[in-house]
Amino acid sequence: MPDSEALAKSHPIRVLIAKPGLDGHDRGAKVVARALRDAGMEVIYAGLRQTPEEIVRAALEEDVDLIGLSILSGAHMALIPRVLTLLKKNKAASIPVFAGGIIPDEDARKLRAAGVRAIFGPGASLEQIVSTAQKLARSAA
Amino acid sequence: MKGARSLPPVARAIVGGDRRALARAITAIENGDPGAGPVLKALFSRARQVPIVGVAGPLGVGKSSLLNLLVGHLRGLGRTVAVIAVDPSSPFSGGSVLGDRIRFEGRADDPGVFFRSMASRGAAGGVAAATLEAARVLAAAGFDIILVETVGSGQVDVAIREIATTRVVVLVPHLGDEVQTLKAGLFEIADVFCVNKTDLPGADSAQRDLADLVAMFPAGSGWVPRIVGTSTTVPRGIAELWEAIQAHESFLDSSGTRRAGERHRLATEIVGLVRDRVGRELTHQLERDADLRRLLDRVVAREIDPRTAAERLRPTVRRQS
Ligand SMILES: Nc1nc2c(ncn2[C@@H]2O[C@H](COP(=O)(O)OP(=O)(O)OP(=O)(O)O)[C@@H](O)[C@H]2O)c(=O)[nH]1
Ligand SMILES: [Mg+2]
Repeated sequence: MPDSEALAKSHPIRVLIAKPGLDGHDRGAKVVARALRDAGMEVIYAGLRQTPEEIVRAALEEDVDLIGLSILSGAHMALIPRVLTLLKKNKAASIPVFAGGIIPDEDARKLRAAGVRAIFGPGASLEQIVSTAQKLARSAA
Repeated sequence: MKGARSLPPVARAIVGGDRRALARAITAIENGDPGAGPVLKALFSRARQVPIVGVAGPLGVGKSSLLNLLVGHLRGLGRTVAVIAVDPSSPFSGGSVLGDRIRFEGRADDPGVFFRSMASRGAAGGVAAATLEAARVLAAAGFDIILVETVGSGQVDVAIREIATTRVVVLVPHLGDEVQTLKAGLFEIADVFCVNKTDLPGADSAQRDLADLVAMFPAGSGWVPRIVGTSTTVPRGIAELWEAIQAHESFLDSSGTRRAGERHRLATEIVGLVRDRVGRELTHQLERDADLRRLLDRVVAREIDPRTAAERLRPTVRRQS
């Protein structure tokens, strides 16, 4: 059947981009969202002030392959592990989570230990972020 | 619940309220995954005919903000609601930023709501190819009302006609150029006009202008489009908006036009499915089938023209029962 060929043509990767917590702006998250779009992904942009519960709910309803979280302050050190815990609780721990922002090495280590798959500091290039996102999404599929 | 056991497992999970299965089924529909077919077939007769409310209108008029408040209103009335919000795919990368969810407030622990963002994936007309079937799966999952937000490109969002039972067209004060938009298509599809942002100046005159326009167009069906003023920042008019939608839904029943509309939509859907399949098969064959390749060669060589070639290719529609 020709259908199988159309299928093989590639399904867009669906990725949720959100910024947990009450503070800050989402400029960085928007730039990343656009870069992922330009790489052919469908980016569900949930925006600012998301609770971990909302983020996980969105990830499940939107059936995303990947979650990207923007971090601006130390408060996120509690919120991001909570996202991972909730994913586990919903049997969705296989959805990879990456994070970006200004993150001290110490915190980055903790986040990785908690299960965050990739962390991008302010020096990371968009190319790096995009190619890592692609790899993570493919590895999860 | 009749015969739930005879359903395929995925369909049974969806009917049973498994949101993960529901979300994955929508993805499968979007991707043209072969697994979606059996689920859709199994669920068709179970999907109650619920109101499917299409919300169309130009970019940034407040469609998502209105849907957010409408969901809150409907939840207050004890109704469950699913939202499909469509945004455009980039014709260049195929990617998309789906931003309607930003306006959607939390409700993280409310199982009576479901929100799904959907990229148009190249479909013209303001909705995606998967939107109708996704709406049907949502109905089968038990949602009382399905709300569909179109892309927001204004005049071309008319495909909502083939999906929605009630079409809401959202506008903002200072219609200006939008009157042109109206004339160009969206006007004919509106069952309800919503003038949003009535907290801004010019709202009264916008509603008057609209009323004049509505009066100029005779309503063929017997339904005269309602005009409702809303503001999502105040907020106001949301209950009235829902009342207007409900009035149209009641009209569909009392006038007997619901069945005719449904019949028309289903006919359009069937034709679309056949067109897609025949198109795919033909495209495939043009590359592989030796005779067809020769036919194409002859067109390329200007020996025959595309119309003549197409006539020779015309597939016959056969009924199999
Ligand atoms: N003043 C005022 N602003 C509003 C109102 N409703 C929405 N807005 C603003 O209008 C902008 C667009 O709102 P959305 O709800 O995203 O509009 P939309 O039609 O869904 O936009 P697209 O999906 O991009 O086409 C936002 O900045 C809202 O805050 C309103 O009633 N009054
Ligand atoms: Mg919107």
